[in-house]
Amino acid sequence: MILDIYSFSTLTANIDKSLHNVMAPWLAVATELVLIGLLFLIFYALLGLFLVYLERKVCAVMQNRIGPNRVGKWGVLQTIADLIKLVTKELIPIKNADNFLFNLAPFIVIIASFMAMAALPFAKGLQAIDFNIGIFYVIAVSSLGVIGILIAGWSSSSKYSLIGAMRSGAQVVSYELSVGLSLLAIVVYTGSLQLSTIVQSQADGWWIFKGQIPAIIAFIIYLIASTAEINRGPFDLAEAESELTAGFHTEYSGIKFAFFFLAEYINMFIVAGIAATLFLGGWMPLHIGHWEAFNRIMDYIPSIVWFFGKTFFIIYIIMWFKWTFPRLRIDQLLNLEWKYLLPLSLINIVLISFVVLMGWYF
Amino acid sequence: MLLNSLTDMSEETINNVIIKEDDDYVVNMGPQHPSTHGVLRLEVFLNGETVKKLVPHIGYIHRGIEKMCEADTYKQVIHLTDRMDYLSAHMNNEAVCLAVENALGIEVPERVKYIRVILDELTRIASHHLWWSAFGMDLGALTAFFYGMRDREKILAIFEESFGSRLLHSFNTPGGLMHDVHPNFQKHTMEFVKYFRKKLPEYKQLLTDNVIFHNRTKGIGKMSRETAIAYGVTGPSGRGSGFECDVRKVAPYGLYDQIKFKEILHDEGDSFARYLVRMEEMEESLNILEQVADNVPEGDFTAKMKPIIKLPEGEYYQRVETARGELGVYIVSDGKKFPYRMRFRSPNFGNLFVLNTLAKGGLIADLVAISGSLDLVIPDIDR
Repeated sequence: MILDIYSFSTLTANIDKSLHNVMAPWLAVATELVLIGLLFLIFYALLGLFLVYLERKVCAVMQNRIGPNRVGKWGVLQTIADLIKLVTKELIPIKNADNFLFNLAPFIVIIASFMAMAALPFAKGLQAIDFNIGIFYVIAVSSLGVIGILIAGWSSSSKYSLIGAMRSGAQVVSYELSVGLSLLAIVVYTGSLQLSTIVQSQADGWWIFKGQIPAIIAFIIYLIASTAEINRGPFDLAEAESELTAGFHTEYSGIKFAFFFLAEYINMFIVAGIAATLFLGGWMPLHIGHWEAFNRIMDYIPSIVWFFGKTFFIIYIIMWFKWTFPRLRIDQLLNLEWKYLLPLSLINIVLISFVVLMGWYF
Repeated sequence: MLLNSLTDMSEETINNVIIKEDDDYVVNMGPQHPSTHGVLRLEVFLNGETVKKLVPHIGYIHRGIEKMCEADTYKQVIHLTDRMDYLSAHMNNEAVCLAVENALGIEVPERVKYIRVILDELTRIASHHLWWSAFGMDLGALTAFFYGMRDREKILAIFEESFGSRLLHSFNTPGGLMHDVHPNFQKHTMEFVKYFRKKLPEYKQLLTDNVIFHNRTKGIGKMSRETAIAYGVTGPSGRGSGFECDVRKVAPYGLYDQIKFKEILHDEGDSFARYLVRMEEMEESLNILEQVADNVPEGDFTAKMKPIIKLPEGEYYQRVETARGELGVYIVSDGKKFPYRMRFRSPNFGNLFVLNTLAKGGLIADLVAISGSLDLVIPDIDR
């Protein structure tokens, strides 16, 4: 087994073959499922820790500070220390809370984000499930998380939580539309919902460059709407701490709070990953027309680096939003969606259909 | 006009007494809440997200300062006044000092007057820094906090150098100052003026020119001039409604009748107007500092005072402009070394209780934007 950093399909095929050699087919498939699940769990936890660290460093840079710098070199172990603190913390039982739903809510939120990650193509040949309705699946699954938030707000029998959950519900349901429509733009271009096909279609140029102005409009709408969908600033009304202390997770403590916290960061990664896959070419390297030499050099950078580079670039933009803008008010938030973004994305879809019909894209 | 709004207010006050109805959704903001800046409890009656009415509950950090004053000499009283509005500690001190000096008919040396004005304006800027930082936080702009604190640190360093403490320096004493300022005091003040003039555009970029910030504050919490007068809203909050209430202009004390400065007035009366008043006041304070800091005369740092001060029998009143509005000190003396009764008219009381009128009918988010723009310091109300 040779690890080819340019394509993971040889590696996965080899593992598949050797497993089938030693055990029955059904057992081999089951083992593979368990292996992939374990890999995702580890990846999920590490990614969450890293994103929290990244956010603290990014916001420190924006705020004239150094950020975590005591635990480990450059404070890299700070989030691990925080995690240990959260895990060992007491789980405070809430009087009058609906205990079953109260305990269920964090799991729904975290499972939703966990499921969405399965369909992301991380690199060439590194994708857990390649549905033929990939985008549809990701949108559907990631919007399940709001159910967890609503349950959390309802069951904790706290007024702040309930207001936070109400806000979150209104917000996610509204912005889901714009997210869907802006992703539909790329679907119209490629004619496929399958994520691997969409990535392949960008071999000679990313959609944000190939797709003319409508693709850029769709990209900007997607950035705004997805920031709102994951409840991050300046759209973090569900947990606006100056108004609702901590919003829907006010009453949660310890590991249950950590679940919400982790899910929020992973959702950010998923949203950025989808943006990178659809608009910025996924794991495809940057190719410019007939610059053969340049294209060859770009090919030498492994696909996994391309994917994570693009994803973290978008994550940085989302963090940048949060640390520089004041928060919107709930009515302004809904106005922005229903009066501006939604009509704009509908017009954009018509525009794209026209562009595609006329064949005006590269 | 004024009379009308006064009668309106009394009707309103009567209506506010109505106790909770059954379908009211009551949320307690505070006493421990991120947006109340101190231990204030706002009982908010909600209809969905809309505020139907709100009742402020105060008294969580009542320390009985007025009563304690009755057992202290006039020099000791100074140290208690620091703890009222801790962000304008110097102005609070000055109010008591001026009251005592006027009662005794003492003329303080010129040097003292100059230094007091410099301290007044430095304290005002530092207080506005903290308000700006906290206001940004209230609206969700977390980065603003660190920019405000960065610049406030420079002023506190000047204080520390001269007085040894940063916030509650109790540097005034009846008749003058505790001791002379540090030799570098003027130089560092001028350096700060230059530094802060360069940094003010950053404040503009971060909040003042931001579209979301405009949406959140413009037209929110409209206060008419009549309401401001009726509730006794003074300071920048009152001046945001066009109420000319700057004590430095209305009843000049110290050196303020010799200094050229503008009284900042805005007529809109919304949160944004109150914000602009404070931003422009910071600039105006820099102008005052430029006029004064270079020209401090040499001389004594205090007038000749007896070790034990006894005010002649009678009543004395002195008002000054703190960073939040008009602070009045009322002293009743029976000729002994302790005041018979001491009473403070704190600016924050009026500024807080207008909140119900302003926030009614708005959203919770507006309530935060309004209470932030009123710049409340709760220990000043509770005393």
